[in-house]
Amino acid sequence: MTSVEPRGFDRRQFLSGIGTGSALLVGSQLSAGTILPGSVLEQTAPTNEPLQPSIWLAIAEDGSVRIWTHRSEMGTGIRTSLPMVVADELGADWDKVTIEQALGDRRYGSQNTDGSRSIRRFYEPMRRAGAAARAMLEQAAAKEWNVDAKQCAAREHAVHGPDGKRLGFGELVAAARELSPPKTEDLTFRKPAERRYVGKDEVRFYDLDDILMGKAKFGADVRPEGMVFAAIWRVPVLGGTIDSFDATAAKAVPGVTEVVELDLFEGPPAFQALGGIAVIGRNTHAATRGRDALEVKWSGGDNAGFSSPAFDAEMQATAQEPGRVVREVGDVDGAMKAAGAKHEAMYTVPFLAHAQMEPLAAVASVTDGKCTVWAPTQNPQAAQGAIAAALGINPKNVEVHVTLLGGGFGRKSKPDFAVEAALLAQKLGKPVRVQWTREDDTRFDYYHSAAAVHVEAGLGDDGMPTAWLQRSVFPPISLTFSPRADMPSAGELGLGFTDLPYPITNIRCEAGRARAKTRIGWMRSVHHVQHAFSECSFVDELAAKAGADPLEYLVKLIGEPRHVDLTGVEYPNQGEPLERYPVDTGRLLRVLKHVAEKANWGRKLPQGKGLGIAAHRSFLGYVATVVEVEVSKAGTVRIPRVDIGIDAGTIVNPDRVRAQLEGAATFGIGIALLGEITFADGAVQQGNYHDFLVPRMPEAPREVHTYLLPNDAPPSGVGETGTPPMAPALCNAIFAATGKRVRRLPIKQHDLSWG
Amino acid sequence: MKITVNGTEHDLGEIDPTTPLLWVLRDELGLTGTRFGCGKGLCGACTVHLGGAPTRSCLLPVQAVTAEITTIEGLSKNGDHPVQESWRELCVPQCGYCQSGQMMTAAALLADGSKPDDEKIDAAMAGNICRCGTYPRIRQAIHRAAGGAK
Ligand code: FES
Ligand code: FES
Repeated sequence: MTSVEPRGFDRRQFLSGIGTGSALLVGSQLSAGTILPGSVLEQTAPTNEPLQPSIWLAIAEDGSVRIWTHRSEMGTGIRTSLPMVVADELGADWDKVTIEQALGDRRYGSQNTDGSRSIRRFYEPMRRAGAAARAMLEQAAAKEWNVDAKQCAAREHAVHGPDGKRLGFGELVAAARELSPPKTEDLTFRKPAERRYVGKDEVRFYDLDDILMGKAKFGADVRPEGMVFAAIWRVPVLGGTIDSFDATAAKAVPGVTEVVELDLFEGPPAFQALGGIAVIGRNTHAATRGRDALEVKWSGGDNAGFSSPAFDAEMQATAQEPGRVVREVGDVDGAMKAAGAKHEAMYTVPFLAHAQMEPLAAVASVTDGKCTVWAPTQNPQAAQGAIAAALGINPKNVEVHVTLLGGGFGRKSKPDFAVEAALLAQKLGKPVRVQWTREDDTRFDYYHSAAAVHVEAGLGDDGMPTAWLQRSVFPPISLTFSPRADMPSAGELGLGFTDLPYPITNIRCEAGRARAKTRIGWMRSVHHVQHAFSECSFVDELAAKAGADPLEYLVKLIGEPRHVDLTGVEYPNQGEPLERYPVDTGRLLRVLKHVAEKANWGRKLPQGKGLGIAAHRSFLGYVATVVEVEVSKAGTVRIPRVDIGIDAGTIVNPDRVRAQLEGAATFGIGIALLGEITFADGAVQQGNYHDFLVPRMPEAPREVHTYLLPNDAPPSGVGETGTPPMAPALCNAIFAATGKRVRRLPIKQHDLSWG
Repeated sequence: MKITVNGTEHDLGEIDPTTPLLWVLRDELGLTGTRFGCGKGLCGACTVHLGGAPTRSCLLPVQAVTAEITTIEGLSKNGDHPVQESWRELCVPQCGYCQSGQMMTAAALLADGSKPDDEKIDAAMAGNICRCGTYPRIRQAIHRAAGGAK
């Protein structure tokens, strides 16, 4: 069997030689000077070296351009979009560009492909990378022609000068190599009208053809010479222990070669391997069958009593009691007392699994104290760190190759699975692939927090709220890293909770304590899931109570366009300054009105059909969604149409943004309609797609209409931004269709029959 | 034991005859375009054609392979099967993991030259999960490949 390696995996050699010869340091990097070790800069240039102005790109003398992408591709198109920015600024022809997936390496800055921040954080660095290289090529041409560099312009893969002079990029490489890099402040950037790729649908995403022909390489497609296969039995309850096990039957499975114990994790689970019993085989089938044949006696330990119904009840009770105040405006208690009418509701969301289509898998090899890993990871640097800690070696001796990811949604930013592979490779002394089954993937996830959100409003005579109290209770993500944690952080509460955008005179936001006995993680749109659901559903309830049209009510509630004043609130704003990324209700209103109009809001529909609307800011972007639902008399939900629009500021790759919105519609429907992870005796009760349901084609919206609102504001997130309004818009639509209000997800557990 | 995949006969030697075809394709023959998603016939990621019929290779023991197998690698030589063409035209995939299975199911649906309506498409494709939510584009791409305007 030959070794099967993803395209571009020879890049290690290339990267390790990145500082040699002609490499020049220019200002695209996050912190200049960290890019190249000083000593290599002094080396002299051998011939035929490419022009490597930074770690991001290399231009060869044949004119070919290699661009490194340091973010993980899990379906957003980011592996294409960031290089597009470089190529555009450079003036390169796309068909001469090759994309190389970068190894895990701190020199790239953060590689954690998570939090919808790849474009937001790296749009400018990529522009600088392209602009710096362009400046060097233009300067080289100017020297050649003995003219001013201002008379030279790079476009279509060549520098053009006065009197029709023209030199191809490749022809300029040797001369450009001798030049000093431009300073960041001297860089110039292309005007939008000069762009060929950014903001246009010129470029098909890079991996498309490989995917269409079955050639794309995911985690389980890597196979170094001599690799063995592993499947791991893990303790079903987090923190439980193994009393004894019998591997006789496992070893009798044809193709099973070894059974190896892995230490159980200690302390906070964090990114550690859970530990357990690994069955090694000559192929996946043998390892998995062997694993399933293990007879294990185990104890659940302290967490064996954890059960979903009890936890749910506990969270709801907590949400009824005063909690920690995280935002306060005016006098909520006074206004509630004075209010003529009140309305309150409790919303709940269950634990959720990521259920990405590619079950976790990773390949590792350990030789001479060095570890090489191939994994579909969203965060190669975290993998590097976690593996180094587990193996007791220096992180610089861990090389992490990022394959394509068969979906991620946050799960693959936790590298526990890659650590398993590394530990086994170390123990076995040969390359190993750890393959998770779907059941493993469902039962050993880092779950989206179950949540209970209580909302209460005092109402004026016009039905508009004079006071708004909301209380959010959910186990925080920090629980995974510190098991005593029970209070969400300001960052977690800033996910659609403390930034309630309405100019209500009296507002109070509180948080309550909750501690789950499982690993909690971030899943696409994170706590916006529960917060958009509670907020946008409650507004719809208030509209109904006021007898108002939900859109008109919402527009009135949002009020005049303004920047929400969050003085005194600890509000990290995704790590961005509020001056640059304010909470701008004008943008929220604009996208809301746009989508409502396109969706033909207000059209009359027969009973059993209805429209629902919701709008929400998340990851610094603004999304509005209109869902059309059809509920049969028997209560079956169908979604003929979704209209979804985004104001994401500057958009690099429109087609992939639309694809993310289409995907978010279906992902949101999964959350709203179907998804539910439950615990009994400390263990997850679901295992595969028959009991952890995700939308299939008939449940998915038949049509999704997407709208990208043009805006040259700085780029916001996109990948997660579309998801939050889906669940409330769908539930609001169900209310419009049937008069039934769903406050408890998933919808599938409710009887929606009518007539 | 011998099987024929994409027109080539393979001698599998002393293989465990209960091994699902999926793992034979992936682990023994290196045809990794066929994906593992659930192992229980629930997701369609592993769909291949068995004598032209869409089949979940994760459930099919290799000893039960009685007809010729076609995988995504054999759907066309140059990636120009009408399904691949329309998938390319509409940029259907996101992460791409489910797409081999989606295309194999769609290709079988269209093999008789019919133009399926939305209900037929729903019924044929319901066994193929796409967690990225590419369903609307899959639907359009099927209509397009069928030569219907939609
Ligand atoms: S892997 Fe065969 S149907 Fe899911
Ligand atoms: S494209 Fe990602 S699962 Fe379908």
